[in-house]
Amino acid sequence: MKKIVDFFFENLTKLTALFSLILLVAIMAVLFNEALPAISAFGLSFISEDVWAPNREVFGGFSSIVGSLLSTFIAMFLATPIAIGIAIFLSEIAPARVKEPIGVSVELLAAIPSVIYGMWGLFYFAPIIRDIFGGNGIGMLTAGIVLAIMILPFIAAVTRDAMNTTPDMLKESAYALGATKWDVIKDVIIPFAKAGVIGSIILALGRAIGETMAVTFVMGNVHNISLDLTAAATNIPTTLANEFAEAESGLHYASLFYLALILFLMSFVTIFVSKIYFLRKVRKSK
Amino acid sequence: MATIAEIKEKRAVEVKDFNFYYAGTVDPALKDINLPIPKKKVTALIGPSGCGKTTLLRSFNRIHDLYPGNRYEGEILVHGENILQKNIDLIDLRVNVGMIFQKPTPFPMSIFDNIAYGLRLKGIKNKTELKDRVEKALKDAALFEEVKDRLKADGSSLSGGQQQRLCIARAIAVEPEIMLFDEPTSALDPISTLAIEKLIIELKDKVSIIIVTHNMQQAARVSDYTAFMYLGELIEFGKTDDIFVNPKEKLTEEYITGKFG
Amino acid sequence: MTAKRRRVVINYFALSFSIGSAVLGIGFLFWILWILVSNGIGALNMDIFTFDGAPPGFAESGLRHALVGQLILALGATIFGVPVGILAGTYLSEYGQTSKYANFIRDISDTMMSTPSIVIGTFVYAVVVSPMGHFSGWAGIVALAIMMVPIVLRTTDDMLSLVPQTLREAAAALGAPKYKVILQIVYRSAKVGILTGVLLSIARIAGETAPLLFTSFNNNFFSTDISEPIASLTVTMFSYATSPYEDWQQLGWAAAFILTAFVLGVNVLGRLFIKTKRKR
Repeated sequence: MKKIVDFFFENLTKLTALFSLILLVAIMAVLFNEALPAISAFGLSFISEDVWAPNREVFGGFSSIVGSLLSTFIAMFLATPIAIGIAIFLSEIAPARVKEPIGVSVELLAAIPSVIYGMWGLFYFAPIIRDIFGGNGIGMLTAGIVLAIMILPFIAAVTRDAMNTTPDMLKESAYALGATKWDVIKDVIIPFAKAGVIGSIILALGRAIGETMAVTFVMGNVHNISLDLTAAATNIPTTLANEFAEAESGLHYASLFYLALILFLMSFVTIFVSKIYFLRKVRKSK
Repeated sequence: MATIAEIKEKRAVEVKDFNFYYAGTVDPALKDINLPIPKKKVTALIGPSGCGKTTLLRSFNRIHDLYPGNRYEGEILVHGENILQKNIDLIDLRVNVGMIFQKPTPFPMSIFDNIAYGLRLKGIKNKTELKDRVEKALKDAALFEEVKDRLKADGSSLSGGQQQRLCIARAIAVEPEIMLFDEPTSALDPISTLAIEKLIIELKDKVSIIIVTHNMQQAARVSDYTAFMYLGELIEFGKTDDIFVNPKEKLTEEYITGKFG
Repeated sequence: MTAKRRRVVINYFALSFSIGSAVLGIGFLFWILWILVSNGIGALNMDIFTFDGAPPGFAESGLRHALVGQLILALGATIFGVPVGILAGTYLSEYGQTSKYANFIRDISDTMMSTPSIVIGTFVYAVVVSPMGHFSGWAGIVALAIMMVPIVLRTTDDMLSLVPQTLREAAAALGAPKYKVILQIVYRSAKVGILTGVLLSIARIAGETAPLLFTSFNNNFFSTDISEPIASLTVTMFSYATSPYEDWQQLGWAAAFILTAFVLGVNVLGRLFIKTKRKR
């Protein structure tokens, strides 16, 4: 009897462990299946076609895809150096008294729902961008900056954790050779924590690509590729958030699913790469 | 202590009425230390754990300053200058006073770059000069033959004993006058330990050495002078032979004969 | 300039940049918090908890429908997501341990955790909303539960790994079968940690908007019927904030404040739990 229960329990847990794997495969299969009408209608040229005209039944993902790449690029470009600066401040510069409270606030800020960042961006930040750069404040630049602010605490917290793993003795060895604090940071701490830092940056990139609410408020949802960053634009999450519930034709739906599939693959690849190469969470044997 | 005045050797360092307080503590971790460090000799600091020997060692290059709130009182004189003064240049001090730690600490870079590190900090950019000085440091640390074919390999790819000699080579590359060893063999096997000890004895031709050890045989093997410390105070200082054969203080004798530790 | 002098100057500038970026980044983040608090508190009143959504300009309007809807969605997701997450985490920690398969599942699960939530929304649309023919609370619950599983899995795995191996061995040595060791010994000693993980995962999904946009959709009326569209704080916030009506925007800020207060409160609580546990 005991043996039967044991057998049952072990296999029950084993089965549930499969859940994530099954789901991942299912998501990919379902998205592909739903996107099929669009895939057969437009093929791979969907990616490079920039006309998105639901009224004419013509759908091209170019503006959304480039928008995703661009908004993510702006966000990473701005957030990475600042976040690393915060991490350096928290792990090496801040006096003990402020280290803990500021460190905890940064972690808590990483937990704030992204919809809050979007709302703040719409009401408070967009007008500032409008006043400084012109346009109406809604567009790629605003979306990129709001996205940057949203991922800032995340990168800072993880980078700080990685930097904190540097043994004191290793740092002291460099100081003992006459290194300045910055010498120690750039020559010892960052190389030592490199894998963790790069991994967390890529993970943040995966997050930025898929983030919806922080950008939807301020992006404008205009299928338009423009070098003018203050112009309204779109990216994949924004397109999905704005059009999915109201799509009318089957082809429109299928094209949205096509976009969702592309987004899923983009984030899957970034995240999986960062996991395997940099952040492998392997349990050490006891 | 009478013995201190008797020591006629030239002095590399002179510790005078030295007290040390860790951040946030009222009681000194080191009390009233007076100690000469003879030039181009090996001086061992021994005593039970918690006696303050490592704390004293870490005062010589002011590595305590990395942690705010630590406080010094008194004087530590190097070339007649008190290195505890506020306006002392810590970078110069640390270039002049090398340090080896309890565990090997290779930097996350190649063997060559590890040793070139201090030289590059000094501003040496010339490739041939760097190469020559790295090679010389490796030879002085008795490591050259073992690594000459893989200078580009990562420092951490070496064995523990080799890593520690790498760290010694890294420290001597910048030609310090004084070197501090903080239990340098505590993480090593007996054979690597012997190699390091041999190296320390060879190094004293060029530098003054202070070594903290809790291995009394090691102190007896490598040092010329020994200071015995207990509960933050210097109990006895003298020639190593005298301390081990004929200690003046009862406490020293009890420690050396293994009555406590 | 000597090499040393140059290094000292560079050091000065680099550290100043670091401090400056910390001030800038943290300044931005606290600005957002301040906006949230000042707007949220201003918009907060008792009506919010007693009245439901109403057309703009209507005095007697509140967020009761959204609060209740949110509660139902979170509760439903917890009921489905938590057991799966705990059992799967149990498998990894107690059976799979350091095997290749277990580590593979860990990687997959972490990847799931970072999958864009809007993609999960589209997936649930395809498998729940489409077949049902309309948006529903069920679809929202499924989407949130899917997001919850990998979070709970991970904390369970982590927390169980903190249970000392000797405890398991001691119980097994008394002749207890493995399932009993897990249920009666391991779970019991990791109780606080697992509970904290569950709480944090609830806070995490409570802040999600994107996966609800086209699953549970929105509903401006009070409803507890899960088979119909149902309101949530986040989607309500989105539609109110993007509306042109000032009173709706005010309600949006109130919702934002309540939501953030809840999420941060749970996070602070979770921290305290884990801290006291680690101290013991």
